[in-house]
Amino acid sequence: MDKRQIVRGFAGLARVLLLILGVSFAAFFLLAVSPIDPLQSNVGQAALGSMSQEQIDKLREYWGMNTPMAVRFWNWAWDFIRGDMGVSLLYRRPVAEVLLEKTANSLWMMAAAWVLSGVIGFALGVWAGANRGKWQDKLVTGYSLLMASTPAFFLALVLLMVFSVWLKVLPVGFAVPVGTAAADVTLADRLVHGILPAAALSLTGISNIALQTREKMAEVMESDYVLFAQARGEKKWTMIRRHGLRNIALPAMTLQFASVSEIFGGSVLVEQVFSYPGLGQAAVDAGLGSDVPLLLGITVVSAVIVFGGNALADFLYGIIDPRIRKGRERGR
Amino acid sequence: MNQRKKTIFWLAASALFLLAVAFLGYLWRDEALVTDFSRKNLAPCLKYPFGTDFMGRDMFVRTVTGLSLSIRLGVLTAAASAIFAGVMGIGAAVLGKAADSAITFLIDLVMGIPHILLLVLISYACGKGFWGVAVGITLTHWTSLARLIRGEVMQLKSSQYIQIAAKLGQSRLQIAGKHMLPHILPQFFTGLILLFPHAILHEASITFLGFGLSPEQPAIGVILSESMRYLAMGRWWLAAFPGALLMICVLLFRVLGESVCRLIDPGSVHE
Repeated sequence: MDKRQIVRGFAGLARVLLLILGVSFAAFFLLAVSPIDPLQSNVGQAALGSMSQEQIDKLREYWGMNTPMAVRFWNWAWDFIRGDMGVSLLYRRPVAEVLLEKTANSLWMMAAAWVLSGVIGFALGVWAGANRGKWQDKLVTGYSLLMASTPAFFLALVLLMVFSVWLKVLPVGFAVPVGTAAADVTLADRLVHGILPAAALSLTGISNIALQTREKMAEVMESDYVLFAQARGEKKWTMIRRHGLRNIALPAMTLQFASVSEIFGGSVLVEQVFSYPGLGQAAVDAGLGSDVPLLLGITVVSAVIVFGGNALADFLYGIIDPRIRKGRERGR
Repeated sequence: MNQRKKTIFWLAASALFLLAVAFLGYLWRDEALVTDFSRKNLAPCLKYPFGTDFMGRDMFVRTVTGLSLSIRLGVLTAAASAIFAGVMGIGAAVLGKAADSAITFLIDLVMGIPHILLLVLISYACGKGFWGVAVGITLTHWTSLARLIRGEVMQLKSSQYIQIAAKLGQSRLQIAGKHMLPHILPQFFTGLILLFPHAILHEASITFLGFGLSPEQPAIGVILSESMRYLAMGRWWLAAFPGALLMICVLLFRVLGESVCRLIDPGSVHE
C-alpha cells in the first residue's frame, strides 16, 4: 500500500465516523423535539392524576425531562464514546446488555435471510434473464413483482395463518417455547422458532435482487460478445458462466450489501408479527415507550451495520474486480 | 392490439380501479365506523364479502376506507417527497461544491438509517398520528430520486450542446428552461410515480407498528394489527382479505408506474 491509499482509507473512515456522529445527532434531535410526554405514555393519565407532585417530579427526573437537550446529547455522546451506552429506561438494564441479548436473537435470523435471499434471488435472476421472454422469465418476474408489492408483515401474517394456525406444524411466535426455563431451551427449539420469521424475510428479500439480476443478465445475453460466443457454438451454460456471471456479479454484490438496511427494516415488522424478542421489536417497544437511550443505541448500531456493509462492499470490489485491482497495482 | 395499446389499456384500468377505491372509501368514511353487535364475527358471505369483526363492523367497507386513506396519503407524501428530491438534486448540482457535499452527506445520512427505524424516529418526533406518517414518508423517500436528478443535471451541465448554448449567449434561465427541463421532467415524473407503491407500503407498515395513524381510524395498518389478535381463533378473513386488497392496490400502482414509464420513453414507441 502506498501513502495515497492509506490517506484515502483514513478519509473514508473519517467520513463513516462523521456519518455515524450525524446519525446519532439526528436521532437525538428527533427524539428531543418530540411533543410526546414519556410520563403519559408509560405511566398513564389516570395513574399520573393520582400521584403527588413530588412523585411526578421524581419521574420527570428519571425520564430526563428536566435537562436541556444539548446537555443530554453531550452527556450521552461523551458516555457513548467511553463505551457506556446508558441505561434502558424500560428494561432498567444497561443498554449495551439489552442490545447484546436482542442482537443475539436477531442476528442469525437476519443473516440467514440475507444469505438466502441473496443466493436464491441471484439464481432466479440469472435463470430468468437467460430465458428472457419465456415462461421462466414470466414466472420469476411475476413472483418478484408480487413480493415487492407485499408488505413484509402481511407475508408474515399469511405464513403464520398457514403454518401455525391452520397446519399447526410451526410455533405461533416467540424465540423459545412458552413456559420453558432458559436453561432447557435447545438449539432445535430456537431453530424451529426462527424458521417462519427468516422465511418471511427471505421471501420478500428475493424480489429486488432477482429483478435487478434478471435485467443485467438479459442485457448481457443480447450483447455482441454473447452473439459471437453463440456463433462459436458455445453451450448456454458455458456462455452464462463465462460471460454472464462475471459481468453481473459486481452489481448484484453492491445491491446485496445495500439490502442490509432493508433486511433490518423488514425484521422490525416481522418480529412484531411473531412476537420475536429481537432488535426490531426492541426498537418498536423503545419508540412506543419513549425509551430514548435504548432507541438511540439501536439506531447507532443499525447505522454501523449499514455503513459497515457498504464499506465491506467497497473493499470486496477491489479484490474481485480485476479492473479495479489492476488500476490499484498500476497506481503503485 | 399492439404493445402500446396494451400499455394504455393497463394504465387506464389500474388508474380507474385505484380512483374507484379512493373515491368509494371517501364516501364510506362514516359507514366504516358503524358498529352493530347483532352481526359480529361473521365469516365472509354475500352481504359482507370480507366478513365482520368483533364489533360488527363491515370489514369490506372498513378495508376500502383504509385503502382510500392510504392511497390519498401515499399520493400526497410521494408528491411532497419527489418535489423535495427535485429541489435537493438540482440544488446539489448547481449551487456549487459546498452545497453539493452537504447534500450528498445528508443523502448518505438518511440512507444510513434503515427506513423503518427512521420512520419510527420521525413519527415520534412529530408526535405520531397523521403528521408523523406524512412527514416521515416525505423525509425518508427522497434520497434515491435526488441522487438520480443530481447525476442527470451534472451530466447535462458538462454536455456539449449545453456548453455551446452558453457560448452562444443564452442566459442560465433560458438554458435551464429550454434544454435541461425537458430532460429532467420525464425522469422526475417516473421517479414520482415509482414512489407511490413505496409510500403506501411504508404508511401501512408504520401504522401497523403503532407509530402511524391512530387506532380509531380505519387505516389498513390498524386493521391488520388488530387482526393479529384473532388469528389464533381462526378468524383468518380479518387479515387475509384486507391484506390481499392492499397487495392488489400496490401492484396496480406498480403497473401504473411502469406503463407511464413505457409511454414516456420514446425508444419504446415502436414496440
